[in-house]
Amino acid sequence: MGKTLFDKIWDQHVVEKIENGPSVLYIDKHFIHEVTSPQAFKGIEQRGVTLFRPKQTIATADHNVPTINQHLPIKDQLSKMQVDQLIENCDKHGVELYGLGHPYQGIVHVIGPELGITQPGMTIVCGDSHTSTHGAFGAIAFGIGTSEVEMVFASQCVLQAKPKTMRINIEGELQSGVVSKDIILYIIAKISASGATGYFVEYAGATIRSLSMEARMTICNMSIEMGARGGMIAPDENTFNYMQGRAYAPKGTLWDDQLSVWKKLYSDEDAIFDKELNIDAWSIQPMITYGTNPGLGMAINASIPLSDTILDEGERKNLIKALQYMGLEEGKSLIGMPIQHVFIGSCTNSRIEDLRQVAALVKGKKKHDLVKVMIVPGSQQVAKQAHAEGLDHIFAEAGFQIRQAGCSACLGMNDDKIPAGTYCISTSNRNFEGRQGAGARTLLASPLTAAAAAITGVVTDIREMIKEKF
Amino acid sequence: MKALQKIKSQFVPLPMENIDTDQIIPARFLKATTRDGFGKNLFRDWRYEQDDSTKPKADFVLNQAIYAGEILVAGKNFGCGSSREHAAWSILDYGFYAVVSSFFADIFKNNALNNGVLPVTVSDAFLQKIFQQPSTATLSINVEEQTITIDASGEQESFELNPYKKTCLLNGYDDIDFLLSKKDTIEKFEKELI
Repeated sequence: MGKTLFDKIWDQHVVEKIENGPSVLYIDKHFIHEVTSPQAFKGIEQRGVTLFRPKQTIATADHNVPTINQHLPIKDQLSKMQVDQLIENCDKHGVELYGLGHPYQGIVHVIGPELGITQPGMTIVCGDSHTSTHGAFGAIAFGIGTSEVEMVFASQCVLQAKPKTMRINIEGELQSGVVSKDIILYIIAKISASGATGYFVEYAGATIRSLSMEARMTICNMSIEMGARGGMIAPDENTFNYMQGRAYAPKGTLWDDQLSVWKKLYSDEDAIFDKELNIDAWSIQPMITYGTNPGLGMAINASIPLSDTILDEGERKNLIKALQYMGLEEGKSLIGMPIQHVFIGSCTNSRIEDLRQVAALVKGKKKHDLVKVMIVPGSQQVAKQAHAEGLDHIFAEAGFQIRQAGCSACLGMNDDKIPAGTYCISTSNRNFEGRQGAGARTLLASPLTAAAAAITGVVTDIREMIKEKF
Repeated sequence: MKALQKIKSQFVPLPMENIDTDQIIPARFLKATTRDGFGKNLFRDWRYEQDDSTKPKADFVLNQAIYAGEILVAGKNFGCGSSREHAAWSILDYGFYAVVSSFFADIFKNNALNNGVLPVTVSDAFLQKIFQQPSTATLSINVEEQTITIDASGEQESFELNPYKKTCLLNGYDDIDFLLSKKDTIEKFEKELI
C-alpha cells in the first residue's frame, strides 16, 4: 500500500515509538518568539541542561511588539521585559534572533518561509498554533505548548501521538474575486471549528496546485481553526521556484540534491486517508464570518442562519450567544452594514501578494471617512518589497495607516486594539470574543473583501467592485 | 509536575461549546515570563465587568459561591484556538485538576496533561447528566481505573487515557525527564538521518 505525504515525513522522523504511547518525533526546525518561550528557557535552566541543538532554533519578536516607532524603547514595561528576556535568553543559549531592528524581523510564520528556513520534508514546530502555515511547503508543521518548547530545547524532539490523515481535494476554477482566504473560510464553515480535530490535513487537487505559495500558506495557516493538528500541500514547481535563492535555501549542488529528494514528497496514488473531502472550487464565493468562531462563516451575499433551523441544541445556543456578542441578527445579510475598522495583516494575510492585491484594488481611491484602516506588513522584508513597488504610496494616498511588522491587532497584545462594540473586517484568523480587544467584533474575510470595505465603509461584495480576476 | 491519582469534588459547570483559549486567558495577560499567577485572570472577560477585578459579573459561575471544587465541566471543543499553555496554567493555578468535556482541542489536551491537569472526555449524554446535577453534587475521578462517577447516582463512564500519559500522571513524571534519558538514542538517530 502506498504512503501519504504525511506518513512519509512522519515515519522518517520517528526516533522511537513508545509502546502504547506517543512517538519520539525528531524536529528539524524550531521557531520561537517572546511570548511562549521564556518559561521554557527557565525550565531547562532549572534542570541544569543546555539547549541540545541551538542551531536548529530560530527566534523573532512578533506577538508583543509595537508596530510604530520600533526604533524607540518599548513603552509597555511588561512587553519590554518579555522582549528583553528573549534577547537575553537567545544570547545566553546561542539561538539566532531576528529581533526588533533586524532586517529579517517579522511574524514568525512569515519570516520562516521568506528566508527559506522552511523546507519540504521537514518537521517544524513553534509555540504558536498557526505553525501549520509552514505545511504549505510540504512539511509537517504544528503548534506546540511551552512544555513542548522545553522538550525541543532539551532533546530536539517532542512526544506526539500520530494523528489521523484527511485529504481535502479542491478541483475546478475559482470565481472572480475569490481568493485562498475564501477557500479556507469556506472549508471551515463547511466542517466546523472542530471538524478536523485529531487529523492532519493534506490539501490537494488542481485548484490548490494552481495557487501561489502565499495563497497556499493562507490555507495551511488556518488548518488549526477547524481543529486540525496541521495542514500540508505537496511541494511542486511553485514551491521550488519560490524557495530558490532565499537566504537559507540550499545553494549549488546541494540545491540539486535536495530537489531530487523533495520531488519524491507526494502522497502515493494508492495511499489511503482516514477521511477525504471533495470540494468544487466554483461553488466557493467570497466569504465572511458572522460569529465568534471561524466556523461561523458564510458566503458574503448569504444571510445569517436562523437559529431554529439548527437541530443540535449546543450549536443553536452557541449561535445565539455569538450573535448577541456580535450585535447581529439571524436571518439578516451583512451586505451594506457599516464597519468602523479594517485590519489587513497577521500570519494569515500579510505577505507581499496580499498587499499587492489590496493595492491593486485601492489604487487611486480613498478610504471611507468613517473607517480606520491599519495595514501591517508581515515582516521587514515584506515592508521593504512593498516600498520598492510603491505600494506604501498607494496605501498612504488611500488614507491607510501603514505599520511596522508584528502580529498587531490579530490578537491585540500590543496597543493595536479594536475598541469595544465596533466592527472590524479583519484578514486575520480568529473572530473569538475579545480577540482583537475586549468587546471588539471581528468579521474575518479576505484581503480583497477587507480592502473593498475600507473604500465603501460597509460590508461589500467584492464582485460588485471588480471586473478582472485577481 | 504533581502526581494525580484521584479527585472527589464538587464541580463548576460551564455549559458552553467552543470555549477557546482567548476566553480562558486573554492575550493581554500573556506578558509574564513565569508560569505562576495566571489563575486570577482565568476567564477574565467573562468574570469581571470592564476588566475590573473589583466588579465581578454576578451571573458568571466562578463568581457564584454555590459552585466550587477542583473539577471544571464544559461544553464540547473545549480549549480550541491558540496553543498558549497559559490556558492550562491558569486552570491549574485557579485550582482545577480536571476538566470534563465531550470533546477537547488537541493542543489544549496535550498542554493540560503536561501540567498535571486531567482532560476527561465523556459522552454527550453523560456530560448533559453532569450539567443536570445540583451544585452540591460531587464527581469522583479515578485515574488508575480511568473512570468518572456521579457520586449521588453512581452513574459511571470510563474515559480514554494514553497508558504512557497515565503513568506520567499517576507518578508526576514529566516528558522532559523521559526525553533527556533518550539522548543517546536521539544522537544515534541524527547520525542516521544525515
